[in-house]
Amino acid sequence: MRKLIVITGILFIGGLITVAFRTEPAKPASYPILAKDSIGSVKAFMSVYKVLMSSRCMNCHPAGESPLQGDDNHIHTMNVKRGVDGKGLYAARCSNCHQAENTTGLHMPPGNPKWGLPPSNMRMVFQGRTPRQLALQLLDPKQNGGRTKAQLIDHMAKDDLVGWAWHPGDGRTLPPMSRPAFAAQVRLWIAKGAFAPSAKAK
Amino acid sequence: MITITVNGQRHDINGDPNMPLLWAIRDIIGLTGTKYGCGAAQCGACTVHLNGEAVRSCITKISRADGQHVVTIEGLSANNDHPLQQAWNEVNVPQCGYCQSGQLMSAAVLLRENPNPTDQDIDDAMSGNICRCGTYQRIRAAIHKAADMQREGAKI
Ligand code: FES
Ligand code: FES
Repeated sequence: MRKLIVITGILFIGGLITVAFRTEPAKPASYPILAKDSIGSVKAFMSVYKVLMSSRCMNCHPAGESPLQGDDNHIHTMNVKRGVDGKGLYAARCSNCHQAENTTGLHMPPGNPKWGLPPSNMRMVFQGRTPRQLALQLLDPKQNGGRTKAQLIDHMAKDDLVGWAWHPGDGRTLPPMSRPAFAAQVRLWIAKGAFAPSAKAK
Repeated sequence: MITITVNGQRHDINGDPNMPLLWAIRDIIGLTGTKYGCGAAQCGACTVHLNGEAVRSCITKISRADGQHVVTIEGLSANNDHPLQQAWNEVNVPQCGYCQSGQLMSAAVLLRENPNPTDQDIDDAMSGNICRCGTYQRIRAAIHKAADMQREGAKI
């Protein structure tokens, strides 16, 4: 009996710790599981890829240490840097210019409360990744911020900073499809088996 | 009503919450050391400290500063004796001077966070502060000098 109490206690505390350290909602939206279909899954991923490689997404997922700007993905003026936490360095912190919302007007700083790059220990690079590389990277919890597939869907479908891409402020082009359409393709990609495109896919 | 503490003094400001902090500082509070260059977060002339961070006051709304602490160039030190100000004097950094209060406020954040900055650290911190007169080399030299002075001061 004593043993049982101890074990229950340990399980309970363990559960508490797990819950406490989750960054995403404890119960991420579940997603339907469809019959495995590598062709359909890859097809869905290819349209997800087009969105992720569009400027509004890729500019904050650069291969280097500076964010990018514009539809030509040039290095951010002032050569600002990622910094350890992804929020910039010294006098060049993102939120020194980027407010909690877009500043109105052409070429004014866009904004969001979470504005920033992925942190230096989880760089989540999109720039330069092939479809296959990006699919595998997104699915790997060691490279995707520790997310399960359900959390990945949740992030793409609901995260506020991701959602900025569809409200980017004056003069910025939108990703190639709406957010609900994008989220639907992410779900489909995963529901059909989360297949990665072949190495030849572009 | 928006309440902002500027250089330790409380100010109640009756105005549009969307008013740029720079306008409140210059036109309402009357501290004109902070300059207006571009109004678009591109030049750094308007840099002040908001809770210690080097924000650009031309695009920071006063609503963001409500209840917060702002320090302007006038409040960087009590007697114009911040190591950066002393070094600026010794090296004769300014030419026209227009960008310099912004340069100093940015450099102050750099020195606080990194007491021994390399040239690269200085570039990383200061590239967003534009100087039309091109005083960049002297700014770099003065930051190194101020870092030395700060270290010497810490030894005493
Ligand atoms: S006036 Fe604010 S950055 Fe130029
Ligand atoms: S000293 Fe003239 S703009 Fe910098």
